[in-house]
Amino acid sequence: MKKFLSIVFVLILGGLIINHLASNNLIPRFGDVVLTDRVSDAYIDRDVNGGDEDVAFGESEDLESGAANTVTAIVADYRSFDTLGEVTVLFVSSLGVALLLGQSKRRIGLEFKPNFMLKIGSRALFAIILMTGVYVILHGHLTPGGGFPGGVMIASSMLLLYLADDEFRAKMRGFKVLESMMGLLYIALGLIALFISGVFLENFMDNGTLGTLFSAGMIPLVYSIIGLKVGSEISSVIDHFLSEEGAS
Amino acid sequence: MIQIAGILLMMLGLYGILTNRNIIKIIVSLNILEIGLNIFIISIGFVRAGEAPLFSSEAKSNALVFVDPLPQALVLTAIVIGVGTTALGLAFAKQIYAKYQTFELDEMGEE
Repeated sequence: MKKFLSIVFVLILGGLIINHLASNNLIPRFGDVVLTDRVSDAYIDRDVNGGDEDVAFGESEDLESGAANTVTAIVADYRSFDTLGEVTVLFVSSLGVALLLGQSKRRIGLEFKPNFMLKIGSRALFAIILMTGVYVILHGHLTPGGGFPGGVMIASSMLLLYLADDEFRAKMRGFKVLESMMGLLYIALGLIALFISGVFLENFMDNGTLGTLFSAGMIPLVYSIIGLKVGSEISSVIDHFLSEEGAS
Repeated sequence: MIQIAGILLMMLGLYGILTNRNIIKIIVSLNILEIGLNIFIISIGFVRAGEAPLFSSEAKSNALVFVDPLPQALVLTAIVIGVGTTALGLAFAKQIYAKYQTFELDEMGEE
C-alpha cells in the first residue's frame, strides 16, 4: 500500500514538473538558451562592473577577473564569499563526523595480508595521484578542475595508502592543524583585501595576462588554500571511517 | 531530453527515500536525487553548439558562443555540500550500526 501511494505521489509530482517546464516561457527549451539575455554573459565578457573590453586568450591584460576558466572566475572571484560559506559547510560536516565517530584509537584491519609488492606499488601510485591533485589545484584558473576536485584527489591518494597497507595510519594531528590554518588564511586573505580595496575578498593582486600560469591574481592562492583544506578534511573523514574504538 | 532524464532520476530518488527502510539505501537514494537535480540544473544552461566556458587556445575570444557558466558554478557548490551530507549521514549510519547491529529501521529498538 505504501509503495503504491509512493508511486502515485512520485508520478504526479514528476508529471507536474515536466508539464510546468513544457508550458513555461521563462525556462527556454533544452539547448535554445540565448546567453545574451542572461546575467552570465557579463561573467564571460568580464564586464560585471561595466567596461567593454574584448577578451582574447593570451593577449588580454588586467581584465576584471583574469582566470581563463570562467567557472573558476565565478567560484573563486566573483562569488568568493559564497565559496567561503561552502568551505565552512564542508568543515562543519567533517567536524560532525569527528564528533560522531569520536576519538577512535585503532584502525580497522584488512581481510588479507598485503604483500611487499602491493605496499611498494601503492606508494609509487600515491606519489602520482598526489602530484595530479597538486597539478589540478595549481591549474584551476586555466583548465577544468580547481581546489575542490584537486583536494579530493589528494584525499583519494591517502585512501589508497589506507587500503593497501594495514599498518598505515596518517598523522591526524597534522591534518587538523593544516585544515585550521587554511581556514584562517582564507579569512585573513579576505581581511587583507578589505583593508586594501575596501571589499571583503576582492581580488587585489595583479591580474596578469589571460591564460598564463602566473595570472588571475588571488585565484591560484585561494584555490591552493581550498585544495589543501578540502584534502585534509576529506582525509580526516576517511581516517574516522576506517578506525574503530578500542585501545591501539 | 536530458532535463526529463534529470527529473526521472530525481523522482526515482524520492521514491527510494519514501519506500526504503534501510539506512544505507536511504542515503544512496538521497544521492540519486541529488545527481538528478545536478543534471537538471546543468541542462538549464546548455547552449547548442556552445563551447565549454573556458578560454583556451581553441576558444580564444568572448565573441564565440559559450555554455552558461553560472549553473556549473552552482552545481560545484551543490556537489561539495552533497559530499558533506553523505559523509555525515554515513557517520550516523555507522553509529547506529554500532548500537543495534543492523541497518534495517524495522529491526531496531527490540533489544
